[in-house]
Amino acid sequence: MTTPLVEVENLVVEFPGGGSGGGGGGRGARAVDGLSFTLPQGRALGLVGESGSGKSTVAGALLGLHRGTGALTSGSVRVGGTDVAEASPAALRELRGGVAAMVFQDPLSSLDPYYAIGDQIAEVYRVHTRASRRAARARAVEVLERVGIPDAPRRSRSRPHEFSGGMRQRALIAMALACEPRLLIADEPTTALDVTVQAQILDLLHGLREETGMGLLLVTHDVGVAAESVDEVLVMKEGREVERGPVGEVLTAPRQPYTRALLAAVPRITAVPSPAPAPVPAPVPVPVPGARESSGPGDALLEVSGLRREFGRGKGRVVALDGVDLTVHAGTTLGVVGESGSGKTTLGRVLVRLLDPTAGQVRYDGTEIGGLSEKALRPYRRELQMVFQDPVASLNPRRSVGESIADPLRAAGVRDEELIRRRVQESLERVGLDPDRYAAYPHEFSGGQRQRVGIARALIAEPRLIVCDEPVSALDVTTQAQVTGLLRELQRELGLALVFIAHDLAVVRQISDRVAVMRHGRIVEQGPVDEVYGAPRDPYTRELLAAVPALDPALARARRSARGELAAA
Amino acid sequence: MSTTTLDLPAADAHRAPAAGGALRRLAARPAALISAGVLALLVVAALAAPLLTALEGQDPHTYHDSLVDSARGGVPIGSFGGVSADHWLGVEPGTGRDLFARLLYGARISLLVAVGATAVQVAIGVAVGLAAGLGNRFVDSLLSRVTDVMVSLPMLVLGIALTAVVHPDFPRPLLLILIIGALGWGGTARIVRAQTLSLKRLDFVAAARLGGNGPWRVARRELLPSLAAPVITYAAILLPVNIVVEASLSFVGVGVKPPTPSWGQMLSNAQTWFRADPMYVLLPAGLLFVTVLAFTVLGDAVRTALDPREASRLRIGTRKERRKTSS
Amino acid sequence: MTRFVVKRLGGAVFVLLVLSALVYGLFYLAPSDPARLACGERCSPAQIAQVREQLGLDESVLTQYAQFLQGVFTGRDYSTGVSTLRCDAPCLGFSYQSDQQVTELILDRLPATASLALGAMVIWLTVGVGTGALSALRRGGLTERALTVATLAATGTPVFILGLLMLMVVCAYLQWLPFPTYVPLGEDPEQWAWNMLLPWLTLGFFESAKYARLTRASTLETLAEDHIRTFRAYGVGERAIVGRHALRGAVPPVIALSALDLGTMFGGAVLTESLFGIPGLGKTLIDGVRVIDLPVVVGVVLVIGAAVVLANVVADLLYAAADRRVVLS
Repeated sequence: MTTPLVEVENLVVEFPGGGSGGGGGGRGARAVDGLSFTLPQGRALGLVGESGSGKSTVAGALLGLHRGTGALTSGSVRVGGTDVAEASPAALRELRGGVAAMVFQDPLSSLDPYYAIGDQIAEVYRVHTRASRRAARARAVEVLERVGIPDAPRRSRSRPHEFSGGMRQRALIAMALACEPRLLIADEPTTALDVTVQAQILDLLHGLREETGMGLLLVTHDVGVAAESVDEVLVMKEGREVERGPVGEVLTAPRQPYTRALLAAVPRITAVPSPAPAPVPAPVPVPVPGARESSGPGDALLEVSGLRREFGRGKGRVVALDGVDLTVHAGTTLGVVGESGSGKTTLGRVLVRLLDPTAGQVRYDGTEIGGLSEKALRPYRRELQMVFQDPVASLNPRRSVGESIADPLRAAGVRDEELIRRRVQESLERVGLDPDRYAAYPHEFSGGQRQRVGIARALIAEPRLIVCDEPVSALDVTTQAQVTGLLRELQRELGLALVFIAHDLAVVRQISDRVAVMRHGRIVEQGPVDEVYGAPRDPYTRELLAAVPALDPALARARRSARGELAAA
Repeated sequence: MSTTTLDLPAADAHRAPAAGGALRRLAARPAALISAGVLALLVVAALAAPLLTALEGQDPHTYHDSLVDSARGGVPIGSFGGVSADHWLGVEPGTGRDLFARLLYGARISLLVAVGATAVQVAIGVAVGLAAGLGNRFVDSLLSRVTDVMVSLPMLVLGIALTAVVHPDFPRPLLLILIIGALGWGGTARIVRAQTLSLKRLDFVAAARLGGNGPWRVARRELLPSLAAPVITYAAILLPVNIVVEASLSFVGVGVKPPTPSWGQMLSNAQTWFRADPMYVLLPAGLLFVTVLAFTVLGDAVRTALDPREASRLRIGTRKERRKTSS
Repeated sequence: MTRFVVKRLGGAVFVLLVLSALVYGLFYLAPSDPARLACGERCSPAQIAQVREQLGLDESVLTQYAQFLQGVFTGRDYSTGVSTLRCDAPCLGFSYQSDQQVTELILDRLPATASLALGAMVIWLTVGVGTGALSALRRGGLTERALTVATLAATGTPVFILGLLMLMVVCAYLQWLPFPTYVPLGEDPEQWAWNMLLPWLTLGFFESAKYARLTRASTLETLAEDHIRTFRAYGVGERAIVGRHALRGAVPPVIALSALDLGTMFGGAVLTESLFGIPGLGKTLIDGVRVIDLPVVVGVVLVIGAAVVLANVVADLLYAAADRRVVLS
């Protein structure tokens, strides 16, 4: 057997004092702590871990990207026989791109906005081959064609912003291919992409490997992505190896508790673990201010019809919602899925009337609220709450979390400090936070905890409906499971209606009773969740479901061939 | 769409800078400390000008014909521009007035006008920027246009022109404050508008609306506190600029009226004296240079301390501001 | 693109109209009586009244402004009682002091201002951008520290201090150059260049500080962007990364700012002109203000305003052309 493609021995990477290095985000600590592994020629290894596990830092270390950044590295890294730590600058440059090429997460910011894509690939090619300008351009067109850029000779003259996200990632892969490297390092290559595009890129990588026989090191947080693409996985946590083995073994029969917990937290699209809670939860009386007749559980609480929302005017007009009809029943969860740009976030904001609809009706508990002024809306405001996507932006950094949660009470005119404090502490406890952290500031909390604070703030207003806009997409998978669990529990106990907006089909399946699939501002399909997932009628829904990565490698292979047929058809 | 967001403490531009942290960062830079010291000294000296000149036994207005050599056109007698125990920094050529006293009183004018003008600029800028950021499309486009015009107009030219139409008896320092203040608020307004717009989009503002807060309450409680840091930062940049504008107006002869001393005016007079009496150039020039430099260094440091990530943006501005839409 | 230009030019015309109304209103409503100023110190009340009528000052403000605008676009006639003075478009009135047409006066002074501004631009584009690029390339080293200190100090120096020191050192002590006096280019190109050298250096160096900072900051900002990491990861050398990729990010802002500055300076680099006695627009303005020659002041301010507004449009266009990501709308 020849020398392995990658040999890592006892690798330690430290970012001293508050330094922020690769994606690992070690806070002045060890991002990688004594990691060893080898990758034989032509094989594919997946580095899987949650944020802060140091997986991206490892990827950078393979190309010596930490050299000269102040990061302290020890141990040995050999790639294609070159010792990365000892290599001369010239040898290192030769290694980078020539032997091992890297594909980054965000394809837009990873390319120079000022130059044509073909020129950028040609530049890299010339660094390694001394080819003529013309030959380098020809090579660029060739690799762009290979990765499936249509009309490559012409498109090679476009700048990155003229490409779509998926096309940009293809272009980056083309750049990686240019010098025929023996190893491709892909750092979260599909994280910034929609699920259907993700499937295409993973299929492309798979095809390229079969064709060229190059090795692959895939860094990902998504176990499903790894299941689709690699032979072996290495599960990382806090810079260390937790478990390593053939992908089928690790994912189906994990030995370590952490791996088991990680896998258990991954939402499944195929089956719901426990049967969904009884269709009608035990009714809990919800205090409703005013004398309006309250709707009971199961009745239509929020109904929209013919909903339309436009942004901008004239030429720049964008139609975000184009005739949406849907109903949210009291005490149930409506899931809304869609890819980026489908209008799902706009829908959520119109539902709670943060945005005005351009046309159409919004009926809340029998009252038309679509056209109400800010002032007239006041009585309804507290009953329609929202949990936001970004746990950083959704809390005022200058105010303690207790005060943030207390805000709806104060706005409603409650002046009794004792009462406010008690209510806030109750709701902190309710969402599983320490009530004594009233005076702590948002930056002292982790992302998952901040989402809990956001939920507490929504709860204190005693709402009847909460719109959750991608509430878990910014969280690690184990935290994700906890937050969705909390939402489900709150709904059961308080009889809340939820609108759960997400791009992740599996998460939506876990929590929803009914689901609506959105595309281009329209709802293409809606119905009970098992029906839509089990027997999708709309071709787009089918495409979406086929694109979701499967946890089981065998199933993933089956899906891949199914996708191939779908595309061929 | 989905991101593996890390559980890092928010490294966001709107993150509350812990006040203590900012001060500590400020104190950790020796250049900032020295600048602060120099400025403190200058401010104290300017405030105590009557006291200090009394200590010297001089005042800024008395002529000393005996101290200048009328045969040589009024060059001060003695070395270094007539430095003596009575006149610590020598005397003014031609008139023999005490330079130490004139420089100190000049500092008063410089600081008074610069601070006053900065206050006016910030007040107008914040008001206009907030109104533009919070107002409807019409209000915003109108105010933004006006702001664009204000930013692009050459302040010095208009300032000079405006001094021509005001009644000669109008108090000059106040006039300078009003003119510089009224012409120079564009930058502040732009920054406040941009900050307001980006804050307005943040989810915590939406959450406050959902909590039942009216628009004014949202503006006061959620937006204004977050605007403090950028406004203070920008004011720190404006101060030295305003000192230079005042000196420039005085230099071309439309600043404070003689016999009130000012640095720019002294430099203007010095144009005819720099061969015969170089001290008369070097003293006000050096003082002006050191003051402006100290303010600039301190402003830089304040900016970095309040928001390390914004460090290079505000002053250059153009790139981000001019990028209309990047697709 | 064409739509953008038309829209922006339309906007520019609007801004200029507003500016003219403001300036005109301010200056003619000012406490000093224009008729008295126009007539001179020793005029009798009767003479003043006559002048007032000649200049149309007895009309309402709006009528006066309308006449002023008419003068700008079509020209106008002034009657002096005995004869009629024709003032062709664009008419900005007559100077109180010299009775010269303001338009002519400005056209006379423009070459001096233009020679100063263009020469200075050559310096700031070479010295300023060069310094900034060098300090970005040598970041972290002694060279960068020295350059940073130098540019910081230069930023804090008012241009007239720089000019005074230059005069003192170069002309008075070293006597390398005579004290500059302006010689028009048409008269003697060589003398023109020698006499402009010091003003060019003064204004050029002064502006260079700003450009050095801008270049350095934009370059460093670009260096921190993700795409730089890509090229590093593909073995592209440091010099190519700074020279080809990072400096490219500094091009749009430098070009745009240059256009703006040039526009402002075509309206007169007031301080430099005043210090070196260059008879340009800036000096005309100061002289006009000293003697309260209102038509001259209004005229110069409007011309400068026009230069600045146009420069803004040009700067936007150049920025978009250099950036390519900007969509003009």
